[in-house]
Amino acid sequence: MMAGGLATASQAKLTWLRFRRHRMAMVGLGIVLLMYLVALFAEPVAPFNPDKSNARLVFHPPQMVQFFDGWAFSPHVLAYRLARDPVTLQPRYVADGSRKVRLRFFVAGDPYKLWGLFDGTIHLIGPENAGDTVFILGADRQGRDVLSRMIHGARASLSIGLVGVSISLVLGITLGGLSGFFGGRVDWGVQRVIEFIISLPTIPIWLALAAILPKEWSPMAIYFTITLIISLVGWTELARVVRGRFLALRGDSFVTAAWLDGCSQGRIIFRHMLPSLTSHIIAAVTLAIPNMILAETALSFLGLGLKPPAISWGALLREAQNVQSIAAAPWLLLPGAAVALTVLALNFLGDGLRDAADPYAH
Amino acid sequence: MPTNPILEVRGLRTYFPLGRRVLKAVDDVSFRLHAGETLCIVGESGSGKSITARSILQIVGPPGRIMGGEILYRRADGSVVDIAGLGAKAAAMRALRGREIAMIFQEPMTSLSPIHRIGWQIMEGLLAHKMMGRAEARARAVELLRQVEIPQPEQAVDRFPFEFSGGMRQRAMIAMALACNPRVLIADEPTTALDVTTQAEILRLIRRLQQAHGLAVLFITHDMGVVAQIADNVLVMRQGEVVERAPTAELFASPHHPYTIRLLQAATALGMAAPPARRAAALGAPFLRVRDLSLTYPAQARLFGRAQPPTQAVKRVSFDLHEGENLGIVGESGSGKTTLGSCLIRVLQPSAGRIEYDLRAGGTRDLAGLDRVGLKPVHREIRMVFQDPFASLNPRMTVGQCIGEPLLVNGLMQGAALAQRVEKLLGMVGLGGDVAVRYPHAFSGGQRQRIVIARALALDPRLIIADEATSALDVTLRRQILDLLLELQPELGLSFIFISHDLGVIRYFCDRIAVMHRGEIVEIGTADAICAWPQMPYTQRLLAAVPEADPARRGLLAEGMG
Repeated sequence: MMAGGLATASQAKLTWLRFRRHRMAMVGLGIVLLMYLVALFAEPVAPFNPDKSNARLVFHPPQMVQFFDGWAFSPHVLAYRLARDPVTLQPRYVADGSRKVRLRFFVAGDPYKLWGLFDGTIHLIGPENAGDTVFILGADRQGRDVLSRMIHGARASLSIGLVGVSISLVLGITLGGLSGFFGGRVDWGVQRVIEFIISLPTIPIWLALAAILPKEWSPMAIYFTITLIISLVGWTELARVVRGRFLALRGDSFVTAAWLDGCSQGRIIFRHMLPSLTSHIIAAVTLAIPNMILAETALSFLGLGLKPPAISWGALLREAQNVQSIAAAPWLLLPGAAVALTVLALNFLGDGLRDAADPYAH
Repeated sequence: MPTNPILEVRGLRTYFPLGRRVLKAVDDVSFRLHAGETLCIVGESGSGKSITARSILQIVGPPGRIMGGEILYRRADGSVVDIAGLGAKAAAMRALRGREIAMIFQEPMTSLSPIHRIGWQIMEGLLAHKMMGRAEARARAVELLRQVEIPQPEQAVDRFPFEFSGGMRQRAMIAMALACNPRVLIADEPTTALDVTTQAEILRLIRRLQQAHGLAVLFITHDMGVVAQIADNVLVMRQGEVVERAPTAELFASPHHPYTIRLLQAATALGMAAPPARRAAALGAPFLRVRDLSLTYPAQARLFGRAQPPTQAVKRVSFDLHEGENLGIVGESGSGKTTLGSCLIRVLQPSAGRIEYDLRAGGTRDLAGLDRVGLKPVHREIRMVFQDPFASLNPRMTVGQCIGEPLLVNGLMQGAALAQRVEKLLGMVGLGGDVAVRYPHAFSGGQRQRIVIARALALDPRLIIADEATSALDVTLRRQILDLLLELQPELGLSFIFISHDLGVIRYFCDRIAVMHRGEIVEIGTADAICAWPQMPYTQRLLAAVPEADPARRGLLAEGMG
């Protein structure tokens, strides 16, 4: 008999203890949490208004942040000025060693409305003088700050994952649960539907569905429709996971025991079976979010998802569609790196959760 | 016996580093094994006996590592090699594995590759060690299958494992192990997953092959009965250490270590020679009458090939159960005994027959015809104890919640009264009331089975159906659980239907025994009568196959030697 804390440790606690030992998953969890926090507070975190364009700062290159000035801690960037190549007469940005733009935390800058509700001007980081510009990740072809746009884009891209997965989850648990618990004809029917949906070629279907969206819809309406389209295809995987677990559990003797104890069907499902599934479901959900994010990116990149002025990582990547802009401004590909980082982090997190989900599996 | 041992293990230590802890699976184990000798390593689960065997072949799974000691193997030419000094993947190690030292495993179902033909699997070792060509290897495979007494070896060589029964697969495993003419055979619980009659055949086969080839056999088992029947020398292991070693007769006659004594007591108490716990008392009136109960699984229509014929899992079973009686149902795997138990409590729906049950409050019900609602009051009086104590408790509920569940959902008790009742139940099964807040994972198998029993007792039942309730437990725990049930019986006015493959357990616990074979009850009678004067040939065979924990009476092997 084990004594002490472990003996009275609940399922959730055991899962957490196991999860904590999974180093990659912990890193993944950290990155994911950070990403979602940034997306949630996009307005104050972004140094500038993502839509503020400046025709004189087109394709401004990224500026390296220097943390020390001499021996004093004073983060700053070197200002650039536009010069012309004396031979080719091409415009070029040159670092101007004489002028430093100092950065400060919590400075007043572009006004914004947080979540469309609260007015504010304070930004997490920004130039000391509100008039200056700093392009940590460069500027796009209209002179807009890529970093600010990526931070705002994260909101659409990351939330589409969550909202889409929530819809998939409801569909998946309901249909998968029915399928697994009742078996027989219900199971047969649900399984054939799932197989049919899986057999559909997703990209053309998405394209077709996205193409019939009316052009005059607001970006918000389009956003929700896109989410719905993506999750209607995405629920199948979850339904299969839930069904499989239900089928496995149905044969476990503690479920039979519960039935013999006189438990009602509802109590068997909600008190005995579902709690055994939650950890598996959380893991499956975490692994499904990256697919949603990738789907949104692909759709928006193809110009069928979110359209300007809405910002998402996929929409931002549209800027990098032609070779000339990539040659002139390779930093326009950075939203792609953000997608890759998020997807990797979510996958590590999901793997860790899946391993930790069953503390009794050896 | 030659003076030079073929295998000598000195101070072997195999550890498993687990986080901050180190599990000393094998701690300072030494023994010698001579040609032609059978050395049994006996111990309960977790004693390190399997890891010892695996260390010799360097097939301990990670994170296990051999930390020290020597494993000296003497080759036929007299040269000695220290296996512990070789790398697990070294060529010298591979040359030994299978070629000189072969191993057979416990689970015949999983230790053969399902996608390769039997013959191919036997030939693989021969070809890998480059001992002969393909055609010759095939001929040798057929010859080996003949040696292990598989009928029609010429055809069997091209069969797949799934076409073989458990006993046949274990024979094929032995053929594989013997393919390269090894000098040492390590058998790791080779008969544990088999029925007793099959076990007896396999043990006889190993003995015969040992004598024919002069093999040294290292036999790992937890069953003192098997030890008594086959061992020359015995090593008793506990928690990674050797607690006692002696020649078999000496060990059984005068064990020294208290653990050995306990192990032997447990084995003999449940043996066929010991006095049973129950003296047939005056029986009350029958309250459960089973008549012509059958369960037939319908024919399976198939898209391709022949349709499966209908399977008769239970065939026209009839018996009575009297007030205060313990009825044992014994049979080998596939005999339908578990299916019968599930029909009685109506987890399964029988296809024909009647189960007449007198409710305590009066009134008779035919359980075979009841629906969900009708079964509810019956399920308060008939309870079930399952085989696997690890699967029958919900891991997400505390022990208190598990035990209190039947009282709660039947609306009998809640709050403080429920907590009090749970504490009382825990006391009845010998656990302290303070364990109620713990989760099942904090308990060992034996303790869990006590919790399951407490849950069964919660509704103050009249009949408990125990399906292999002690089979997953170590032998020293088995008797404790049986004694616990017997102790509670008169106090609570219980009857039991005890389903098991273990005749010793049934004989110890039950007043009457029903022997099942292929879905039918072939013989039913008092425990004494069945065990002393079995009438049916099947019962006689079953009884003869039980390994007795007495080295002076080696009936098991002698019979087949003829």
